[in-house]
Amino acid sequence: MKEIVINPITRIEGHAKVTIFLDEESRVTDARFQIIDFRGFEKFCEGRPYYEMPKITSRSCGICPVSHLLASAKACDEIVSVKPPRSAMLLRRLMHMGQMIQSHALNFFHLSAPDFLLGMDYDPAQRNVFGLIEKQPELARQGIRLRKFGQEIIENVAGRKIHSSDWIVPGGAAWPLTQEHRDYLLSNLPEALTTTLQTLAMFKSWLSGCTEQVETYGDFPSMYMGLITADGGLEMYDGNIRIVDNNGNIVADQLSPNKYAEFIGEAVEPWSFMKFPFYKPIGYPDGMYRVGALARLNISSKCGTPLADEELKQFKKLGKNGIVQSTFHYHYARLIEALFCVEKTKELLEDPEIMAERVCNKAYVNNSEGVGVAEAPRGTLIHHYKVDKQGIVTKVNMIIATEHNNLAYNKAVTQVAKKYVKAEKLQEGMLNRVESVVRSFDPCLSCATHMVGQMPLEIQLVDNQGNLLDRKTR
Amino acid sequence: MVNKVRVATIWLSGCAGCHMSFLDQDEALLEIANQIQLVYSPIMDAKVFPEDVDVTLIEGAVANEDQEETLKFARERTKILISLGDCAVTGNVTALRNAWTDSAKEVLNRAYVETADVQPQIPTDVPTLLPKVLPLHEVVKVDFYIPGCPPPAGLINYVISQLLRGLPVSMEGKSKYG
Repeated sequence: MKEIVINPITRIEGHAKVTIFLDEESRVTDARFQIIDFRGFEKFCEGRPYYEMPKITSRSCGICPVSHLLASAKACDEIVSVKPPRSAMLLRRLMHMGQMIQSHALNFFHLSAPDFLLGMDYDPAQRNVFGLIEKQPELARQGIRLRKFGQEIIENVAGRKIHSSDWIVPGGAAWPLTQEHRDYLLSNLPEALTTTLQTLAMFKSWLSGCTEQVETYGDFPSMYMGLITADGGLEMYDGNIRIVDNNGNIVADQLSPNKYAEFIGEAVEPWSFMKFPFYKPIGYPDGMYRVGALARLNISSKCGTPLADEELKQFKKLGKNGIVQSTFHYHYARLIEALFCVEKTKELLEDPEIMAERVCNKAYVNNSEGVGVAEAPRGTLIHHYKVDKQGIVTKVNMIIATEHNNLAYNKAVTQVAKKYVKAEKLQEGMLNRVESVVRSFDPCLSCATHMVGQMPLEIQLVDNQGNLLDRKTR
Repeated sequence: MVNKVRVATIWLSGCAGCHMSFLDQDEALLEIANQIQLVYSPIMDAKVFPEDVDVTLIEGAVANEDQEETLKFARERTKILISLGDCAVTGNVTALRNAWTDSAKEVLNRAYVETADVQPQIPTDVPTLLPKVLPLHEVVKVDFYIPGCPPPAGLINYVISQLLRGLPVSMEGKSKYG
């Protein structure tokens, strides 16, 4: 048995490698997406007071710290048994919109656009955001400014761009929004809207030329999971869970996120630090589902803002029964969500209550347990804490957005490797395509490890017992 | 083309927040792009740390054997090595597990045995965790420290700009932990 190892996978938010297995005739038989870092949040949060949890768990991820802040604060809201005032809910949602915009812009412009705009087989030394700055400076500037707009929403609401963990507190928020910050954000909104619309139009214009990617970049059936509003609309902060199958049938609906353990199980494989969540009623590994932008649009019948709703209608026509199954379309779905978030930002900023002075309902420990769920940019994020009478954390479980997609990642990299990797004459571009499908999902491996020229290639020849027979680097 | 300064960035055990803060330089990135050549980074496609790197910014603490090796390898090939952010400087949140005596075993057990429903087991075909998480300077010589969780983008830009101009870097009054 021979192996090709791509290590590290680059232009993703994390530490990962892909191992491709070959048979005696050098045909690809299997591929594994492996996570190789681990930190241990579920253990080391033990013994901390519950109100420190947003501050600590925010550090799971510098890319989507806001999702962790929200899931953690919502778990803490349950521990103190308090519903935050509407003003705080609006502000938390606003901060969340900022994060979705910055994170989706990061994936598109900083990480994936080099593949689209410079090309899959472009010089690897230049195939990155700095290469993009050199070749398409105006587009790079727009992308940088869109991400900046998202980051500035977070900063203006919560004090700083990354780990703004002094602001969110159990029961609401620590301070209200000022007129100055609100006006600043509103003044930057038109540019963000223009950039988002232009980017979406540009992406759609490429689609007819992307048939091959659509058909081979993780194009397979699965279930889809995410939060949903009471009437089946796109939801990112609150709501209940819906699971839909690949034919568009609702498998389970309005599940209370608090009962996640009844329908989500977690499996472990010896070769990765990322666990494998599965839908319990179907079992492991067949209970595969996907989460994130593609899943959210697949389970939702509407977005709830005018421009995004129009885009969603067009998007759903790509699939059968409104289900779009190619992983490549995560890119498209993220751009529609970015548009939704820009529209929603305006709506939130124009809500008179967003300026309310009172933003917190204070209380102390009233419950021994709390579950907080939010839609992170990459999918459903679950924080679950148990505390003692003094509010000291005794148990933590976190299921991270990227983890839910683990089974699907492995299926997708295998599909792409089988299509493109020819072991007898390996080329860098072949392996970049394998990495590219990983980028389509936009993995946040920083989160997933909570519980923690020419591309030089290493090819290992391994016998059936796993002994290394030969190693070649080119 | 003028000779650009060869810059690398590495992400060890941390949250990527320091790299995000690096990207938060926003339009200033367009300016430094003229002066630096990024030669190795999670945001680009080089797979092996190259030789003759002028400046390497490293985020995250050292939590496993592979990271220890990566750090030592980068040190040999780098003129100026910078600890970027609190995890690299002190261990920070990544090092919270050090409170347990056999910390690697404790954290692995919780995540992969106690909270798993199917096939509970500690993964073996993955890098081996170090018994204690270490800040960079306990493994290699560090030339500059940029504290912060994450360090503000302006501070990162200040350090890079000073180094590009060959001017001294003074962190006094500019930086703080957290």
